Amino acid sequence: MLKIAKYIVLDIVRSKVLIAYTLLLLAISLAIFMADADVTKGLVSITTVIMIIVPLVSIVYATTYYFNAAEFTELLVSQPISRKNILMGKFIGIGSSVLVAFVIGICIPVVIFAFSATGLTLMISGCLLTLSFVSLAFLTSTLTRDKAKGIGLALMLWFYFSILFDGLVLLFLYSFADYPLEKAMIVLAALNPIDLARILILLQLDISALMGYTGALYQQFFGSGAGVAFSLGMQALWIGVPLLLALRVFKKKDL
Amino acid sequence: MRALSLKICLLLLMPAIVRARTINVAPHTAVASLKQAVGQARNGDTIIVGQGTYISANTIIDKALTVLGRNRPVLDARYQDEVVTITSNNVTFDGFVVRNSKTGSMRDFAGIRLSKVQNVTVSNNTLLNNFFGIYLSDCDYIRVLNNHLSGSNDLENSGNGIHLWKCKYVLISGNYVTRHRDGIYFEFAKKSTIENNLSEKNIRYGLHFMFSDDDTYIRNTFRNNGSGVAVMYTRRIKMLHNTFTRNWGGSIYGLLLKEISDAQIEGNQFTRNTTAIYMENTERITVTKNDFNANGWAIRVLASCYDDHFTNNNFEGNSFDATTNGSLKENYFSNNYWDKYEGYDLNKDGIGDVPYRPISLYAQVIEQNPQSVMLMRSFIVNLMDKVERAVPSVTPETVKDDKPMMKPWKR
Repeated sequence: MLKIAKYIVLDIVRSKVLIAYTLLLLAISLAIFMADADVTKGLVSITTVIMIIVPLVSIVYATTYYFNAAEFTELLVSQPISRKNILMGKFIGIGSSVLVAFVIGICIPVVIFAFSATGLTLMISGCLLTLSFVSLAFLTSTLTRDKAKGIGLALMLWFYFSILFDGLVLLFLYSFADYPLEKAMIVLAALNPIDLARILILLQLDISALMGYTGALYQQFFGSGAGVAFSLGMQALWIGVPLLLALRVFKKKDL
Repeated sequence: MRALSLKICLLLLMPAIVRARTINVAPHTAVASLKQAVGQARNGDTIIVGQGTYISANTIIDKALTVLGRNRPVLDARYQDEVVTITSNNVTFDGFVVRNSKTGSMRDFAGIRLSKVQNVTVSNNTLLNNFFGIYLSDCDYIRVLNNHLSGSNDLENSGNGIHLWKCKYVLISGNYVTRHRDGIYFEFAKKSTIENNLSEKNIRYGLHFMFSDDDTYIRNTFRNNGSGVAVMYTRRIKMLHNTFTRNWGGSIYGLLLKEISDAQIEGNQFTRNTTAIYMENTERITVTKNDFNANGWAIRVLASCYDDHFTNNNFEGNSFDATTNGSLKENYFSNNYWDKYEGYDLNKDGIGDVPYRPISLYAQVIEQNPQSVMLMRSFIVNLMDKVERAVPSVTPETVKDDKPMMKPWKR
């Protein structure tokens, strides 16, 4: 499993696409921190980047790579290695490479310029977000056989999670404005990894505003560590569940 | 002849000796309580109370005395009555620990009560576990200095720390108030000054004005109270250089203004409050040179306010800069620094060339639909705000800063 991961990492480093992504993130974060003396404002801008670019690149890159390495997968399947080990090896290889890109591109500048509780939350939620989108990429890639279809599905997933979902939530809130929706909102937030990451960061940046809500549930939930634990736990599920589903599909898949 | 001159000398000295009389109070001596000492004393005397715990079920000081505590003697009412009542002018009461007054819903029992007096100083006392701390009723020219008040923190049975009713020219300085209902409460108290106090963790307000005109409060800190300061039904209050921090929660405000006019709010610092300033039915308020930092809502101005001026303030790191509940008219914003401003300054005069609209569309959305607070900072919300800034349709057209500053104002 780890040997497969090692080969994949070496292959990815050779392809240079991921290096370009690392440099892009590095350029964005350095530009943001150097342009403005206000560190909090910088973190807010980086949050926006993390919410859009990181999921997009993670899911599209992982899907593309998965399809490009289809022959390698076929070769591996013909060897006496279990399919579980093959898929997990691929996940570890691709996931760790994209994660390293994120760490170099975002985490290092944040540690240098803005190391604080907010910065730390941002780094952790960004890492989890990266992994959950790589995991989603595995699901889309195993579900389809056609590369174009797979990438299309990945893009659609990204579009849904980063833009469409929040619009739907807003619509939902307006349609059911007369009902108590605190609990429903927490459940809804859990249905989207990007929202979970965003809420984790909100808890740091906008706690003053979040505390303003008369809904006792919000206050209890976010006032304590329970909110953080809940968000982190759900994020972990968003990494684990798509990967497990992908594994189930992959085990039975006729290559 | 010599004997006679000596007698004359003594006679001449007599008044001086009488005036300078000092009565010492200590446990297990001839004068073992403050009450006894006050009974023996005459106007102008000094009473020095030594270390120890004295039971004091409403000791009345009805003569012009200087009452000093040495080594922090304790006056304890054992929840039976008030502790000390001052009913004479020209009293100084200094250096005691006053504790355990009675609580009750019929009367306002207090640690130290001042009733219809003038020119009294209450200083350097520690008041613990009293229903009301220092209670001034119908008094003028009083000084309340450097006292430390800590209440019972009981939600239902808790009075105000320093309570003023129908007073004038009172100076309240250097006190610390905590765990009371209102830290400092002013009702019909006029022309008074509150400075350098720290009021924190009180159940309701740090400082509360009702029907009290022409007062000034300077350089106080209000931290973690039910609400920082409430100014209601009042005119001409000056609020200068105070700090309001961490007043957090639903309908909790740093500064709550209701039915007030002609107030001046200058040089204050608002940090990490849910709502820094809330304004309802206000007229002619000037808000200048304040710092709003990391608040949920920096200012919330209801549509019932008019002719308020916001100039030269810094708005940095707030979730929302301003909100309102309807169409806000005749309130003016100019020369403020807004960290969310995205305009440009082509002629380099330090003033942005396009106006800034402090009320965002999303703030209005939250106004109607509080649950949507969970969508803060999401892509869709940013998109909506950008569109609205470009073409305002929902947000009030008149609320804008035509001269936004490019750089924050430095104090």
